[in-house]
Amino acid sequence: LSATPEIPKEDGRPKWDNKFQYILSCIGFAVGLGNVWRFPYLCQIHGGGAFLIPYFIALLFEGIPLLHLELALGQCLRKGSIGAWNTISPYLGGVGVGSWVVSILVSLYYNTVLTWVMWYFINSFQEPLPWSVCPLNENRTGFNKECYESTAVNYFWYRKTLNITPDIAESGTLQWWLILCLATCWAIVYLCTIRGIETTGKAIYVTAIFPYLVLTIFLIQGLTLPGATDGLVYLFTPNLNTLKNPRVWLDAATQIFFSLSLAFGGLIAFSSYNPQKNDCEKDAVTVAIVNSMTSLYASIPVFSVLGFKATTAYWDCLDRNIISIINDFDLPEESIMRQNYTSWISFLNSSHPEKIAGLKLKSCDLQEFLDQNVSGTGLAFIVFTQAIILMPGSQAWAILFFIMLFSLGLSSMFGNVEGVFTPLLELQIVSKSTPKELLSGIICLISFLIALCFTLGSGSYWIDIFDRYAGSVPLLVIAFFEVIGVVYVYKIKRFSKDVKWMTGRKLHLYWQITWRFISPLLLLIVFMAFVTLLMLKPPSYAAWNPKYEGFPMKEEKVYPPWVQAICVLLAALPCVCVPLVALFHLIKQKRRSKDTSLVSPEVFSCQGANS
Amino acid sequence: MLRALLLTVSVVAIAHGELCKPDAQNAFKVRISIKTALGDNAYAWDANEEYLFKAMVAFAMRRYSSKSTTQISNVLLCNVTDRVSFWFVVTDSSKNVTTVPGSVVEAAIRMNRNRINSAFLLSDKTLQFLKITSTLSPPVEPSTPVWLIVFGVVLCLIVAGIVFLIVSGIQKHKKKNKESTERENLEEKVEVTVTLENGLPCEVLDLKAGHINGVFPADDERFTSL
Repeated sequence: LSATPEIPKEDGRPKWDNKFQYILSCIGFAVGLGNVWRFPYLCQIHGGGAFLIPYFIALLFEGIPLLHLELALGQCLRKGSIGAWNTISPYLGGVGVGSWVVSILVSLYYNTVLTWVMWYFINSFQEPLPWSVCPLNENRTGFNKECYESTAVNYFWYRKTLNITPDIAESGTLQWWLILCLATCWAIVYLCTIRGIETTGKAIYVTAIFPYLVLTIFLIQGLTLPGATDGLVYLFTPNLNTLKNPRVWLDAATQIFFSLSLAFGGLIAFSSYNPQKNDCEKDAVTVAIVNSMTSLYASIPVFSVLGFKATTAYWDCLDRNIISIINDFDLPEESIMRQNYTSWISFLNSSHPEKIAGLKLKSCDLQEFLDQNVSGTGLAFIVFTQAIILMPGSQAWAILFFIMLFSLGLSSMFGNVEGVFTPLLELQIVSKSTPKELLSGIICLISFLIALCFTLGSGSYWIDIFDRYAGSVPLLVIAFFEVIGVVYVYKIKRFSKDVKWMTGRKLHLYWQITWRFISPLLLLIVFMAFVTLLMLKPPSYAAWNPKYEGFPMKEEKVYPPWVQAICVLLAALPCVCVPLVALFHLIKQKRRSKDTSLVSPEVFSCQGANS
Repeated sequence: MLRALLLTVSVVAIAHGELCKPDAQNAFKVRISIKTALGDNAYAWDANEEYLFKAMVAFAMRRYSSKSTTQISNVLLCNVTDRVSFWFVVTDSSKNVTTVPGSVVEAAIRMNRNRINSAFLLSDKTLQFLKITSTLSPPVEPSTPVWLIVFGVVLCLIVAGIVFLIVSGIQKHKKKNKESTERENLEEKVEVTVTLENGLPCEVLDLKAGHINGVFPADDERFTSL
């Protein structure tokens, strides 16, 4: 006889307020800075519209299957990356640990990039924009030498922002303005992730949707700028010959892979907060397609602005030549205009060839200006800022642009931090009574302190290293083991049943084929090609050295051996977690000398997980 | 008489020609870009403008050195081109047929550059004295850098947000604790009622007060021994 009231058994796991929040979080995580500053660059150097062919093939055979795999895994097992892989098999727990380590490494340097964005943002409120004019030298007779020899934009980026040292071995000092901005960025990340998805779910509405608004505004503005059509035509004109180069296919595969933020553990964390009866298949296809469409959509304003910049540079080149000729030949003003420049030049060349040769006129070719290609931070902080100076109302455009970049990066940071946060919560390192706010505060504080080394003079060289080595190779390895683990260790039949239970439909043949054969094979090929290319090139970097003879060209330097060791360590650390954890469990099992079954009993399949 | 006059005029003219010519000693080249500066409001460069120029140079010389007695006639212009560029020298009337040293002219022009520019509605870039560099004006620097102000605003907003969230979290935690202690009290009461058996509390049922019924066999005799 008992009169206890029936208390319903709860999971205790936080959940999304609604499905839209979840989809938006995944999209925000996938859509990041790379969609704006890497995809347009790849399109440009790999034959314009022709690049879309390998890109969509990679999306179909690599991106969407892997995305569906991760989302289904997290949703089924309802755990973060470490917990999920431990559940599948303790021998595969290393895959989760590897994801976790990569998320930590990437969070550290990614937020420093956002620091730079924030610095530019708060400097955009000045009139004139600080990167538009060179400061004067000491006796006010001319401009600062370093600024004069390069450009004002370069000077502001390399000297006023980074205060970069000429060599990676010289660390320089901590830049206090960057420390302030870094503290602010981590404070913003803490504010948004303070209670896990409870708070990021609210913040994502702003940070995921706002960039699309700004991109649209830039699209409209960009299309009205002179020279925009030149840039767009240049971007989208397909050059099918480039498809013969295997490098193009490799770049397409890696771009899709890194763009979707796979193997970070963040997607598994996001989908683990879903109710189990959710159509993860549709979600995966939606997120992947939205990500690719965003890349395409972002490349239109980027190329309009680049076309405008190239046209303006071309006109400047012409104008400078015209002034030289007018001054030297003492012709009246406005006698030579841009339109009749070529006819005048040919006339003068025939009548006074020595005088023309003596003027040392630069050849002005619009195609040459359009061919200049930049990606990454150079695109945002040098090329784009220069273009913004030329637009009317440059403060407003600068503010909008940098807020957009900040939102894009912040929504990706949420995914990274979730990938670190969720497994920690489940590992039960901390007791249940510790508030989540404290844990997220500790994570943000420790990350801030470690990331202080990126605010040194040599910080940006280190960020390049982290980007090239920690944020690339380990992800490919982890993704490969993810697919192999699910398909061959967990067994695809069991997984198909789980997915069918979750989505309510039988698993389509496309998923079976891609998961079983195509995706692992593709990942293996991409991994080997990527590592080969990485090792073929001697590890070098381009240093900004004002004392270099070829200044303002960057000086090519080789990494010293201790830096190369760190590169290898960064790439190897997450990968080595996989065999290490497996070895650890093997030794533990051997000691216990129970029967060594590779997979734990079938109790934990999706249907049975909550019973 | 007339011949003497003609002779002086020709001498002066020749001297003029010798003193003012391109790359002469103490001569300066000037380049003017009126259309670039004024666009549609551009005026034409004619003899009147030249007269104004000579007057400005004389003015500059006088202003620079109080002893100077430079007249408009002392300033000689030559080689005026369509570009609008020309050479000029300043002659010294006290010493016959010499030019004022270039450094003096340069200093005078430098000192009065602003006045000369504004007389012609031009700037340093559009009225160029080719050998005279201009001192550049320093950029306007506000007392507190603007970016610090913006940064302060952003940081205050963020700190306010964090404090708000933490405080609301603590309040929710306290409320949940209060609720759970209330629920525990409720459960205790329920447990207390459960321990009532047949309307009698268990503590009342004292086993020592009863008698053991001998009809039922003791535990160890329950099983028949083999």
